[in-house]
Amino acid sequence: MPRQEGLIVQNMGSAVRGPFSVSFDLGSCAVLQGPSGVGKSLFLRMIADLDPNTGTVTLDGTDRTAMPAPMWRRLVTYVAAESGWWAETVAEHMRDVAAARALMPDLGLDPDLLDAPVARLSTGERQRSALVRAVVGRPRFLLLDEPTSALDAASRDRVETMLGGLKSTGLGFVIVSHDSKQAERLGDRHFVMAQDNLTEILS
Amino acid sequence: MTPVALSPADLAVAAMLVVASAALSLVLSLGVHRPLLVSAGRLVIQLVLVGLVLRVIFASASMWVTFGVIAIMLAAASREMGARSPRRLKGLWHLGIGTLSILGATLPVALIVLLTALKPTPWYDARHAIPLVGIILGTVMNGGSLALNTILSSVARDRLAIEARLALGATRQEAFRPILRQAVRTGVTPTVNQMAAAGIITLPGIMTGQVLAGMDPLDAARYQILLLLVLSTAGFLGAVIASYAALHRLTDHRHRLRLDALV
Repeated sequence: MPRQEGLIVQNMGSAVRGPFSVSFDLGSCAVLQGPSGVGKSLFLRMIADLDPNTGTVTLDGTDRTAMPAPMWRRLVTYVAAESGWWAETVAEHMRDVAAARALMPDLGLDPDLLDAPVARLSTGERQRSALVRAVVGRPRFLLLDEPTSALDAASRDRVETMLGGLKSTGLGFVIVSHDSKQAERLGDRHFVMAQDNLTEILS
Repeated sequence: MTPVALSPADLAVAAMLVVASAALSLVLSLGVHRPLLVSAGRLVIQLVLVGLVLRVIFASASMWVTFGVIAIMLAAASREMGARSPRRLKGLWHLGIGTLSILGATLPVALIVLLTALKPTPWYDARHAIPLVGIILGTVMNGGSLALNTILSSVARDRLAIEARLALGATRQEAFRPILRQAVRTGVTPTVNQMAAAGIITLPGIMTGQVLAGMDPLDAARYQILLLLVLSTAGFLGAVIASYAALHRLTDHRHRLRLDALV
């Protein structure tokens, strides 16, 4: 059987949503849009196996059930719209502090923020730091839920530029966005989600 | 040792103090007169009944009666442990975790003390086994319910932090570590405080009772040391068992946070 590259979702669903079948490519960005409450976040969370669901999801031919869930989530990392923090300083949240320090200026973040208490960060700084936190974990796929919702235009552009750079290194993205212009700028493929189906918009 | 018996008249003086406190609460409209009087009433009735029942049990010297009484005490404590939780776990889990912590922490500690330090004949002698299980049970219930309450009240509040860690590839044990530490710490605080303060800030209850009843202070101190050492172990065990059992229930084998386990 040929090795199936990318992130392949087959008949994935919960009790109230789905089933969904779709495949996403590495080095590519899929943007997901749809009305609020339709289950876009749940869709990303199910791929990351953070919510109970049925169906199969594979990455480069390897089924997620073949590995412990934490290992799967290191490969396919979900970044929530609202970031959660568990330690005092920003640095304590980074798996690779040196990599975070190097990455932060690209997002307009002062690397000195690493030593600052999380509580002192603005909402926008927190959102970008959460993105840094996920990227330095070196995932293969990033599932981003409204990654720029709390950012001004300048910061948003920096984030989009960084995501573009990561894409060219082979990282795959599924991004939920309410911003149609952002969807156009970032998306290689576009999907619209309804209650129990996912439709690709072919331009 | 000849115990000094108290007469009902002696107790009446103490009871008047509680009534006076309730009256003061009423005058200052502090609103605690009812709970004060009700719980004082309960205390008197409960302890007098227990005294009478224990008298009968000690006289019977039956193994089955002793074990039966201990089983009832364990069951009541298991139910009581989760009775005042801020959130409850669905189904039988709430009671189940209470039972598991009570049994898992109380029985081993009580057996060790009976078989090594106290060594009564027979080893299940009611005069030793029942009060010992009772005092250990109280500590386990306190430690376990403080720990369980901490987990249950923090888990929903810290959902974002826990899920952020899980999403980044942490195991459920890693993601829950801050909450687990907090829970166990809260659970052992009363016994740690009790040990640290013993003799300096307060004279512990057992020792006070024995000294007042006429026992040599150093002998009384030995008993108190033995009890505080085993009580701290039991309280710690109760907190650990309750915390890890709650963690187990609030997550699943795919390391997901399962808040749907809460009512």
